[in-house]
Amino acid sequence: MGANDQSLIGQSVRRKEDVRFLTGVGQYTDDVVHPHQTYAYFLRSPHAHAKIRNIDTAKAKAAPGVVGVFTGADLDGVNGLPCGWLITGTDGKPMNEPPHPVLAQGKVRHVGDQVALVVADSVLQAKDAAESIDVDYEVLPSVVSCVDALKAGAPQIHEQAPGNKCYTWALGDKGAVDAAFAKAAHVTKLDIVNNRLIPNAIEPRAAVASYSRADDSYTLYVANQHPHVERLLMTAFVLGLPESKLRVIAPDVGGGFGSKIFLYAEETALVWASKRVNRPIKWAAERSESFLTDAHGRDHVTHAELALDKDGKFLAMRVQSTVNMGAYLSTFASSVPTILYATLLAGQYTTPAIHAEVTASFTNTAPVDAYRGAGRPEATFVVERLVHQAGVDMKMAQDEIRRRNFIRTFPYATPVALTYDTGNYDATLDEAMKMADVAGFAARKAEAAKRGKLRGLGYSTYIEACGLAPSNVAGALGARAGLYEAGQVRVNPTGSVTVFTGSHSHGQGHETTFAQVVAGRLGIDIGNVEVIHGDTGRIPFGMGTYGSRSLAVGGTAIVKALDKVIAKGKKIAAHLLEAAEADIEFADGKFTVAGTDRSKAFAEISLAAYVPHNYPLGTLEPGLEETAFYDPTNFTYPAGSHICEVEIDPETGVVEVVAFTACDDFGNVINPMIVEGQVHGGVAQGIGQALLERCVYDAETGQLLTGSYMDYAMPRADDLPSFKVGTKVTPCTHNPLGAKGCGEAGAIGAPAAMMNAVHDALLASGVTRIDMPASPHRVWAALQAARA
Amino acid sequence: MYSFELKKADSVADAAALIKETGGKPLAGGQSLVAAMKMRLAQPGTLVELSGIAELQGIRREGDAIVVGAMTRHAEVAASAAVKSAIPALAMLAEGIGDRQVRNMGTLGGSLANNDPAACYPAAVLGLGATVHTNTRKIAADEFFKGMYETALDDGELITAVSFPVPKKAAYVKFVQPASRFALVGVFVAQTASGVRVAVTGAASSVFRARPIEEALAKSFTADAARAVKTAADGLNTDLHGSAEYRAHLVSVLAGRAVAAAG
Repeated sequence: MGANDQSLIGQSVRRKEDVRFLTGVGQYTDDVVHPHQTYAYFLRSPHAHAKIRNIDTAKAKAAPGVVGVFTGADLDGVNGLPCGWLITGTDGKPMNEPPHPVLAQGKVRHVGDQVALVVADSVLQAKDAAESIDVDYEVLPSVVSCVDALKAGAPQIHEQAPGNKCYTWALGDKGAVDAAFAKAAHVTKLDIVNNRLIPNAIEPRAAVASYSRADDSYTLYVANQHPHVERLLMTAFVLGLPESKLRVIAPDVGGGFGSKIFLYAEETALVWASKRVNRPIKWAAERSESFLTDAHGRDHVTHAELALDKDGKFLAMRVQSTVNMGAYLSTFASSVPTILYATLLAGQYTTPAIHAEVTASFTNTAPVDAYRGAGRPEATFVVERLVHQAGVDMKMAQDEIRRRNFIRTFPYATPVALTYDTGNYDATLDEAMKMADVAGFAARKAEAAKRGKLRGLGYSTYIEACGLAPSNVAGALGARAGLYEAGQVRVNPTGSVTVFTGSHSHGQGHETTFAQVVAGRLGIDIGNVEVIHGDTGRIPFGMGTYGSRSLAVGGTAIVKALDKVIAKGKKIAAHLLEAAEADIEFADGKFTVAGTDRSKAFAEISLAAYVPHNYPLGTLEPGLEETAFYDPTNFTYPAGSHICEVEIDPETGVVEVVAFTACDDFGNVINPMIVEGQVHGGVAQGIGQALLERCVYDAETGQLLTGSYMDYAMPRADDLPSFKVGTKVTPCTHNPLGAKGCGEAGAIGAPAAMMNAVHDALLASGVTRIDMPASPHRVWAALQAARA
Repeated sequence: MYSFELKKADSVADAAALIKETGGKPLAGGQSLVAAMKMRLAQPGTLVELSGIAELQGIRREGDAIVVGAMTRHAEVAASAAVKSAIPALAMLAEGIGDRQVRNMGTLGGSLANNDPAACYPAAVLGLGATVHTNTRKIAADEFFKGMYETALDDGELITAVSFPVPKKAAYVKFVQPASRFALVGVFVAQTASGVRVAVTGAASSVFRARPIEEALAKSFTADAARAVKTAADGLNTDLHGSAEYRAHLVSVLAGRAVAAAG
């Protein structure tokens, strides 16, 4: 190429990484093989809640091939796993933060809780030995529902959390809300369950830990979304090691969806044990372990109310949620149903007063933490179900009630702590309605009725806060870490470029998108740009990938580093061209003296930087490599309109999603194909939540009833229609790329759109409430009840 | 999975002898057994592999019946011209089992010997009034299925083939359990020489005949006649995916749809 440039931006460049993925030569954690490697197996609790009276490991230690057996008693000097976000309750006190042991300490609190680590020459030997460990349990009563856990007499899970309460937290002006409700012409009320989900990345969690006696250091390969944070938490908080003694590598990772953000017990135990056995140790979760121990998502029970005036203008909203933390506080668990949830309750609307109160409880279930969207799908579901129901109550068209309340002037400060920088909600709604052929819906509904089918149309005009985040804002809200990103651009002598990013790609296509940004800005061939991520040994620092932040924050850090590279290049060019630095312009991969045809190509400058024979050594260092840290000044606010059309067979209750339209505003788009792919994946997950997915624990025994794909329904291609996807652009005002983020939008917007469509379809039949997932049995039963 | 010994049998007699000698289990397509072994829920010391036995393979027409060898894969039944022309409902049923991988490995004999309460094949065998051939005898469908994962097979007895009488008309309608895509309820309806037969899988602990629907269809072989029968929920399964009442409702609805599909 060589000819610049920005022409790469907005192009659907094919994903560079796909060649290795599609030809099976990707390098995932389980592909890592070290000499003398051993294998780990974790003995897990079969009970939801039990005291451990005794653990007898004698037989296991003597079993063939076993090199080590460790229990909680062995972990001297090892702390529990930390929680990264402190929530302060309405009582002014910090949240209850009970210990989260790496291996059980006298008690197990959920089925799958890790009790012992067995290390052996093979996985089979480790498993066989684990079966010979004799654990004497005293089984205790258990509780799995976040509501039941708070009731008097519920089994007590942690001494440090009386009544199983983690916190009660609130946001917003309660007085203003109560006053607005008092004068409302109409109040819409809803009870909502946001169903618990299990993440199900294709690649199960995995880790390989090794220890070097030569320099007393550790290396950890781990399927993880942010290796620097993994390192920080594991060394500083749990193992008491200097960070410099641990290198964390997250190589190719087969999907995360949030579940691989967190510091888990397994990899921590592996690092610790690798020194004890002085051999590398590998662990890869079996799928059953993934179901039991990956941090789950959602699990809210909510009562919500919306006050309106007689014209359908929103006056105030009040929301009360009870949320499930699971048995222990996972890394970001506390922030998800608070900071990432209540702050989004304004949606796209001018609702002047909002109050939310959230009570989080501990239960005998796997920890619950961020899952694609993390708090924002739950908020969108509350807002958009309320708005839909208000439209029904007030007999207003669904687009009309939304338009009467849209925010149209920016920046806009919501009553729940955020300031939206830009947006155009009418534009996405208009376009989505065209794409979805809303005008033709009545005819389609009538045609379906002739076939005995019930058609429904549902809207979700969602907003999300991404680009996490301004560190000072996050810190004031309880974050125990900064939320900037680092990028490093190393221009090699011949002009090729290696980019080191703190963002981590586990399906998102950063190796392509970031390369487009770099090649475009430098005017070089995209093939000359290599993007490196996921290695604390190679990358300066990083906060990783979650919250749709990679391009907006990680991409901007790279742009900032590029700016420095270009600035230094200008100095070198000025010297070589014997011109003033101020007269040098950089465009199309060339440094040119303004107004002349005298120029130097990018590769000539890089060569001069590394072979500084003719170089201003007195004032300029050789080399061409720059690092930048970028801390955003605001969140970004992707928003859009999703419209779902369903057809229900009243005889069987089967809901068919016949059409799904998404028109999103992600700001400037670098690679439309990748963005479309992200939307497809997100919408599939959103429809998965609304139509199919449901994590169920037995209320009596605490056993996971949906512990395999036999009972946990994931969305398949034939559950979904071909999506109609479009974009409208209002560029983000506060990052140089104008990018907002697109990774979670589908999962955030889709559940409400689909469930609004289901409720629309069933309205005439008298059905008023269907919880997710809208399974055939549930829909049929609701129709039966409405008829009775 | 625990370690085990694998022995390959060359003939049915060889397989029977190996099973007797080792106390091992026969391995057909392994689509249920191997999954259970991987979970360490089954731990046979020896597996006797049947896939190399020629006499268990193949599909042939014998008079008024289609005879399918026990080791015939679901995909072969689905693609068989003989099955498609004589009993299209059977080919369609096979086409709808599991996924492509399952259909290329799973076998008729394996499915019947396992008698999963939600499997599809038992509905066809019972619905068509087929005969199960074993290495020692012939068993009528009505005698074969005894309960959840239970059959009339003796220890070490091997299914060799199934003879499906060609019906006048037949259809199978499966309502999938959303996660596993086994039958939440599956109904096989057939008009046979000996009358109308309606077999139901997925709804109870084992496949069963819906006699009230059979009686209604004997009088009037119409979708409405089937739908009008109210199936009792007693004894039907209740689980995460559907109550007994829902399954009972589906039995009648699906029977009606099967009659309509049978034409």
